[in-house]
Amino acid sequence: MTGNEAAATAAKLARVQVVAAYPITPQSPVVESLSAWVESGELPAEFVAVESEHSAMSVCIGASTVGARAFTATSSNGLAYMTEQVWWASGARLPIVMCVANRALAAPWNVLNDQQDSMSVRDSGWVQLYCRNNQEILDTSVQAFRMAEQLNVPVMVCYDGFLLSHTVMPVDVPSVEQADAFLPPRPKPLQVVDPADPRNVGPVVMADPRRDGDGVMQPGYMEFKAMHHRALLDALEAVPAADAEYAAVVGRSWGGLTWEHLLDDAEVVLVAAGSVGVQLTLVAERLREEGVKAGVLGVRCYRPFPAAALAAKLAGRKLAIVFDKALSYGYEGPICTDLRAALCAEENAPAVFGVVCGLGGRDTSPGDLADSVRRAIADAHAGARTRATEWLGLRLEGGAL
Amino acid sequence: MSDERTSIAMSKPAVGEAGRTGDWRNKRPVLTAEKCSAVKLGKPTCQLCWVYCPDACVSRGIGPEFDLEHCKGCGICAEMCPTGAIAMASEAVHGVCEI
Repeated sequence: MTGNEAAATAAKLARVQVVAAYPITPQSPVVESLSAWVESGELPAEFVAVESEHSAMSVCIGASTVGARAFTATSSNGLAYMTEQVWWASGARLPIVMCVANRALAAPWNVLNDQQDSMSVRDSGWVQLYCRNNQEILDTSVQAFRMAEQLNVPVMVCYDGFLLSHTVMPVDVPSVEQADAFLPPRPKPLQVVDPADPRNVGPVVMADPRRDGDGVMQPGYMEFKAMHHRALLDALEAVPAADAEYAAVVGRSWGGLTWEHLLDDAEVVLVAAGSVGVQLTLVAERLREEGVKAGVLGVRCYRPFPAAALAAKLAGRKLAIVFDKALSYGYEGPICTDLRAALCAEENAPAVFGVVCGLGGRDTSPGDLADSVRRAIADAHAGARTRATEWLGLRLEGGAL
Repeated sequence: MSDERTSIAMSKPAVGEAGRTGDWRNKRPVLTAEKCSAVKLGKPTCQLCWVYCPDACVSRGIGPEFDLEHCKGCGICAEMCPTGAIAMASEAVHGVCEI
């Protein structure tokens, strides 16, 4: 099945109760599948057809507030349109699960893959996971509901648009019994919505703690955000725990926070999130044949950022090359920056070089990636501890540069 | 309060839930009783000031009374009064605001 079908299948297995979504390439088949299953009765959920992604998340917020298991999906400019409510959902501590079929952001318009959309909301207080194949999309999306409801934090499951969303791969679908064994019904929400006990849910909060109408001291804004942040940090344990518990039921694990290939004795480590990591495994194997001790360290959980885990796995290596399919404009690739920061106080840390690749669906072939690694190794051998970001595969025949 | 629900912003509807918002105003509503329909007729009538106050700070009296602990001075009551019985007077005229 395609990555989109895997995402939809996961939501169905998770017994999602409310789906509100707006179509956008390349996410549309996710919600088309869910809509068809609701129509046929295969999925006894409420499907709310909304007029925009902002409303999609708003409906999920409302549904989740009263205790429903809610799901949505989007991409690119849809996620951008939704962003105000993305922040609301996490600050309100609602365990919504959202799949993002990663696509480039306009302008200019582009329907093809890169990771700029989800990277643009990496600060928003969601758990953010990246998948490298369709099986992982299904498994991770089911796990997402469990983690979200344990932490009361929404979870974003990201996968590369078209490369995964529309590509057919073998996917083993857990049985309904397995899914139910792993994922119990949602516990009561934090929010109280009870006509017998009326509340203001999500009122204005002042800078400082103050007493409420009953005279009880309530937190100020900064305290609420500290609690939210702490919940994100708790995900550093919850993500591997969910992966392990799922593996115990279904028999598949995806590594928890990170995954690796040929890493044990690697001196040159290729770092990425998502399906480009799979291409990097081919690159590492090819370079090994050339005598380079190359390996891959994949980032599965990007937020919370697994700084300690990455630093531990990179200790003693010579060079880490981070492949970002996104850019913090005016600076460098987001994963590259975060990794550099995680290593800056570490003794024995590798040099870190950044490569920006694949923007707007620009092909990232293993051949091109391997050449990029060879250039990086040459620069490192020449003594460089750092280097300007390389733009992989930039073609200047357009004349603009 | 270590209730798990403290991790979200949630409050009960209560007088003064948002604090002493009367501190926020720089104009206060002042009633000229002779102009008020309720006072003239001696019974509850009109009550538009009560209906329109966004903060439930106007009573339904024969002649409304204003909750100056919480009235933010928005002036909607004065705007809606059909007889012009409510005027907004600057707090500065009164000097230090003593409630």
